[in-house]
Amino acid sequence: MQNYSIFNLIKNAFTNHQNWDLAWKDPTPKKEYDVVIIGGGGHGLATAYYLAKEHNITNVAIIEKGWIGGGNVGRNTTIIRSNYMHDENALFSEFGMNLWRKMSQDLNYNVMFSPRGIINLAHSDAQMNAYARRGNSMRLNGIDALLLNREQVKEIIPMADFSDNVRFPIFGGLMQPSAGTARHDAVAWGYARQADSMGVDIIQNCEVTGFDISAGKIKGVRTSRGDIKVKKVGLCVAGSTNILAEKLNMTLPIETHLLQACVSEPVKPILDRVVTFGAGHFYISQSDKGEMVMGGDLDGYNSYAQRGNLPTLQHVLTEGIAMMPFLSKLRMLRTWGGIMDMSMDGSPIIDKTHIDGLYLNCGWCYGGFKATPASGWTFAHTIAQDRVHELNAGFSLNRFSTGHLIDEKGLGTKTWIS
Amino acid sequence: MLHIKCPYCGMRSQNEFSYGGDASVKRPELNKEISDQEWDSFVYNRKSLRGKHLELWQHLSGCRQWIKVERDTATHEIFNTYKADEEIS
Repeated sequence: MQNYSIFNLIKNAFTNHQNWDLAWKDPTPKKEYDVVIIGGGGHGLATAYYLAKEHNITNVAIIEKGWIGGGNVGRNTTIIRSNYMHDENALFSEFGMNLWRKMSQDLNYNVMFSPRGIINLAHSDAQMNAYARRGNSMRLNGIDALLLNREQVKEIIPMADFSDNVRFPIFGGLMQPSAGTARHDAVAWGYARQADSMGVDIIQNCEVTGFDISAGKIKGVRTSRGDIKVKKVGLCVAGSTNILAEKLNMTLPIETHLLQACVSEPVKPILDRVVTFGAGHFYISQSDKGEMVMGGDLDGYNSYAQRGNLPTLQHVLTEGIAMMPFLSKLRMLRTWGGIMDMSMDGSPIIDKTHIDGLYLNCGWCYGGFKATPASGWTFAHTIAQDRVHELNAGFSLNRFSTGHLIDEKGLGTKTWIS
Repeated sequence: MLHIKCPYCGMRSQNEFSYGGDASVKRPELNKEISDQEWDSFVYNRKSLRGKHLELWQHLSGCRQWIKVERDTATHEIFNTYKADEEIS
């Protein structure tokens, strides 16, 4: 594989950049693999990469129904953070932060990681207390957290509404300075390119139509491009988890829901942080192209449509304008929707299943993108060693029956009811 | 925007309704022995079908009645709506 470097850039300039290697190949599926990862999104590609890199398992195929990076890794608002209170989420996410920090070097691919900091705004004394508690929990887990008062927030984001007669005045906020954003497509492509270079087959336009299971053990997967014999299968299909679970006769603590995001027309630099509104659900950052990238609540009903409705968008943007009134002057460039695997406690599942050789990675709710490296790393460990790593031990499938829920936001059993 | 026909009030916009989840989920009978597995399935586990989905909605900003809606989760097409206690063949 050609290295991406300034020297190779100059070298290839002499041939008008016609001779670059393909970033990944387009192989036909083999008859047999050690591991098949279903789903060529960020998590699936990362899993394959870490299987090869950390566990030396390279007889691996990624099977993707569409094209790689075409699902949620290509549709998110690119926010990366680890500002969690509970140990399971905090330690897992902070492990991921360390992978993010060196990802561009590791993958030899510029993922444009930009640790610009995230500020969660507080709009009441009670919320300031809750953030102080969360910030303390974060610090105890070695994550950077700063509790900001109103004046400090005003210094950082003066464009927010600090007038006196607003419905939700800004009391302060909790900041994680090391949080940030990254270029989402580059993450998928970077993992794909490295996985491919280590021998992983990336098979696109190939739909999984069924599974071969005998005596409680996975034997193979049936696909639209033929049957494949396999020892281990990892399911990494986010919003399509329930569809494949049905083929496995499994019913999971997951509902598939619709989440929209949008970007405004590009404007000159105004916002150099990620900011979330604390009196509702709205988050915003500015992309390198100048677009304001925004998102918020789920549409609120089961959906596989990848296409939302305007009432939710209106609701979300009303919150945005309440927080930063200048947004009302911007024109909308683009809106889109993706399908979320909403788990019942808002935390993910990375675990073995009752079927020998079948592993589950799902339930990412709104937070799948930032988890990409940590999810891939721990899922690869779980598959390769046939046991969970301590980082994902809490994300078990049976926690719903044993009562060990990780209810990070205290939303209870139906995270989609707001 | 979804338009939902409330069996009591007629066609209204989605803004007036709130969602209540899968209507096919049955609460275990109280007077019979219930296993943990059954409670699990009732509280947490969902089929989340792609395609025709029978679900509960409440006409929150209208008559406040709970209703059942038969809707396609892939296309958002609404086929039919029923009163909450209506038998569906």
